[in-house]
Amino acid sequence: MSESHDPKDAHAGHSHADVDRHVRAAYFVFGSLLVLTAFTVGAYFLHLPMRAAIALALLIATVKGTLVAAWFMHLVSERTLIYWVLGLTAVLFLPLLLLPTFTVLDGIVLR
Amino acid sequence: MSMEIPYTVEVRPDTGLNNGKIGIWLFLASEVMLFGALFASYVMLRVGAPEWPRGSTYLNIPLATLNTVILISSSVTMVLAWASLVKQDFSRFRLFMGITILCGLGFLVVKYFEYTSKFHHGYFPATNTFLAIYFTLTGLHGLHVIGGMAVNGYLWGPGSALWKTDPVHFTNRVENSGLFWHLVDLVWIFLFPVLYLL
Repeated sequence: MSESHDPKDAHAGHSHADVDRHVRAAYFVFGSLLVLTAFTVGAYFLHLPMRAAIALALLIATVKGTLVAAWFMHLVSERTLIYWVLGLTAVLFLPLLLLPTFTVLDGIVLR
Repeated sequence: MSMEIPYTVEVRPDTGLNNGKIGIWLFLASEVMLFGALFASYVMLRVGAPEWPRGSTYLNIPLATLNTVILISSSVTMVLAWASLVKQDFSRFRLFMGITILCGLGFLVVKYFEYTSKFHHGYFPATNTFLAIYFTLTGLHGLHVIGGMAVNGYLWGPGSALWKTDPVHFTNRVENSGLFWHLVDLVWIFLFPVLYLL
């Protein structure tokens, strides 16, 4: 919560110093995303076993996604209510992602 | 008779946010569920399939890598466009927002060549399950790119008149549009390895 709560603060609580910090971070994140994209493609050419390839690709994608969400979308310095909204989204998202898969993996078969 | 919409600039005392900000985040949450449902469909189809092709069997990895770089670059220029407004440099905003829109256009052009190449080879959504989910996911994502470009284009062009009368409100609009654009980038970050590399 680094941002001001003062409603009169110009540009919704973003001081010039905040913006300069965001811009510097954006350049750093940009470089990191390019390097991680190279890792993602490079990992493909390693021809890893499929499980390892999936785990590595999703790990790199998660790191990239976290960088985008944290810095480009300003989540490192967002209001508490936004975190609650996203927390609720995550709670609903995981069953949405996993439950259909569990139905495929269950051991019940027709005889 | 005109009615002023409250809390477009000043923050609400109860949430600490202006209404546009909370609105865009609720919308983004719904977008996460939309794409989440399709990712879940992908996982279920893949786990349930007797065999599943590697993406590179059908898809062009260099073109997808290029599109990844384009979208990442557009996210940076979107941040720079917003930052320019906070620093009250409207001409730099126009420059960076213009580049962001051009990056979106570049992404779609690359996607156009990808799609037409598939069609020329006789690969359609009905060809197999992999191509069905590929076209569904990338098609929906492409529609989001078009939607983001439309909003950004409006803010670059006619919508920018608001800058003269209410610069803080206009800056908030650009920030909210940027949040949507970054989500489009974020979704692609996952689509790229899942569809093309695995």
